[in-house]
Amino acid sequence: MSAENSVAPAESISRERSASSSGNDARLGQRTTPLGLGVIQGMLITLRQFTGTYPVGRWLLRLLRLDKGDGLVTISYPEVKQQHDERFRYFPFLVYDGTKDNLRCVACRICEQECPPQCIHIVMQKDEKGSPVKAHGRTLPKTFDIDVSICMSCRICVDVCPFDAIEMDNTYEHANYARGREMVMDKDRLLKSNEYFQKIKPSESAVVDARMGAKKAKEDAAAAAAAAPKPAAPGAPEAKV
Amino acid sequence: MATRQAPLMPESVLQSDVLEVNLGPQHPSTHGVFRMIASLDGETIVKLKPCFGYMHRNHEQIAEGITYIASFPYTDRLDYLCSMTNNFGLAVAIEKLGGIPISERGEYIRVIMAELTRLVNHTAVTGFLLNDMGAFGTPLLYAFREREKILDLFESASGSRMMCNYIRPGGVREDVTDAWLDRARGIVREYPRFLDEFEKLLRDNEIVRQRTQNVGVLPKDLAVSASITGPMLRATGVNYDIRKVDGYSIYPRFNFKVPLGSIGDVFDRYYVRVLEMRESLKILEQALKDIPKTSPHLSPKGQAMGKAPRTFKPAKGEAYGRIESPKGELGFFLVSDGTPRPYRYHVRAPSFINLTILEDMCLGHKVADAIVILGSVDIVLGEVDR
Repeated sequence: MSAENSVAPAESISRERSASSSGNDARLGQRTTPLGLGVIQGMLITLRQFTGTYPVGRWLLRLLRLDKGDGLVTISYPEVKQQHDERFRYFPFLVYDGTKDNLRCVACRICEQECPPQCIHIVMQKDEKGSPVKAHGRTLPKTFDIDVSICMSCRICVDVCPFDAIEMDNTYEHANYARGREMVMDKDRLLKSNEYFQKIKPSESAVVDARMGAKKAKEDAAAAAAAAPKPAAPGAPEAKV
Repeated sequence: MATRQAPLMPESVLQSDVLEVNLGPQHPSTHGVFRMIASLDGETIVKLKPCFGYMHRNHEQIAEGITYIASFPYTDRLDYLCSMTNNFGLAVAIEKLGGIPISERGEYIRVIMAELTRLVNHTAVTGFLLNDMGAFGTPLLYAFREREKILDLFESASGSRMMCNYIRPGGVREDVTDAWLDRARGIVREYPRFLDEFEKLLRDNEIVRQRTQNVGVLPKDLAVSASITGPMLRATGVNYDIRKVDGYSIYPRFNFKVPLGSIGDVFDRYYVRVLEMRESLKILEQALKDIPKTSPHLSPKGQAMGKAPRTFKPAKGEAYGRIESPKGELGFFLVSDGTPRPYRYHVRAPSFINLTILEDMCLGHKVADAIVILGSVDIVLGEVDR
């Protein structure tokens, strides 16, 4: 470590000395305007920027053939809203296909474990004997809560989900007067349809849909393969599925 | 000090003329929650004790309890002005630890993001420096206006303006589109116009020169022995840029210079940053021209690591990955014990180490200069305290 540190800089300095010309000059950033005009020059820039924020001023600057600049770049937020890019993310939601009970989440709790600020809370749906309830051939969550006030919009839950069940939404107006349950989004409020996902994120949902389609085709093929040779070879490993 | 009247009593007996003043912790000029305990003789600083830790969030300990990939969102919050380079630093360390190959296009996207981050940081810090000097608002907002354009680019690529969480081991999370690259080219083309104007606004300003030249001079040997890095070190004239020294990622392919100062005062630190922005634009131009079309294993869903992040278990060992972040050498030291979580995780934060030298630069200057010197160090308290 120390040997590496002592050798490398010296080598680079010799390599760099020819390339960098500014090293031996007396002072960087020599004055180019006469003394006393520096402040005035800066003030002229401020004046031009100021003028450029008014329509009349922009017209005047165009007349004087000066750089108009960007003009007014701010918007009045509640009346005018910024157009966000497709990838803009704020808060996760749960995806369902078709009906609300056909949600993709299987309550595997990977996102709950991986979530860096630990804002997800999942309980799996179980019957009175304690074995998991299945709907559409999958287990499902009984409760799925995400706390808006803790979530830091990092998208790790989306990255780790093996079922593409959770995706990032682009709504951001979650401000609230109360701090308790109001800030906790439960399963009903988190559930959103796949059509909504396709609407807000067309390109990302296309990738997900393609992956889901491929997975489903594979499963169907496996099921068909498992169903077909069943009478012939009951001991085959596929048949156990 | 020399013109002061002779004390009535020996100083060792009674020091009635030294006043202790707290600057901070809650003051806008301290860039966050940072406190300086300054002992003043009149208006001159005779002793200064930096006092930090108010924003300690236990980053390192938290990272030891979660998987490697789940640490990335936390690195965004270290130096919240340059989240992309923070992600980059951790990714470099994890790649070293796990021996993960990096895709070619991913390397280019990383360099583009890192250099855009350098523009963001240096633009913002120059604005803040002027804010500290009393040019209240105007230069800062000019700087922020330009910064917003790059933040829009970040949002379009990663989904978030500041907390990007974008660079991953093996590449980046999502590929950028051709339209994005065109937008980036447009911004790189337009940026020198802003830099020229910003330089014209400030460089020759007599007040700026009076306030910055020969203020807070950091001698070369002291800077080296205090392991100062980044623009602060280069302002003293030491040629040390990790992009050149280590040649990490694909930086050796690009043609750029390392701007050096000569005196090491506040003005040099400001001007080295301005020159560095121009060099960053050169790198960006080259990278945006050469970026290859193919995008191998840049798949979404964080699978850039080649396998699912949960099952990423590096072999036992340790790795130190470092990059040249806009503030200096940003290093991540990782020790793996073969489990999915790091056994030890340490951050070598440039802001923190650059700040340790504050007293030596401030001694003998006035209180108002201490604020300017602190501004020129370019600290972000999220990184100092971690």
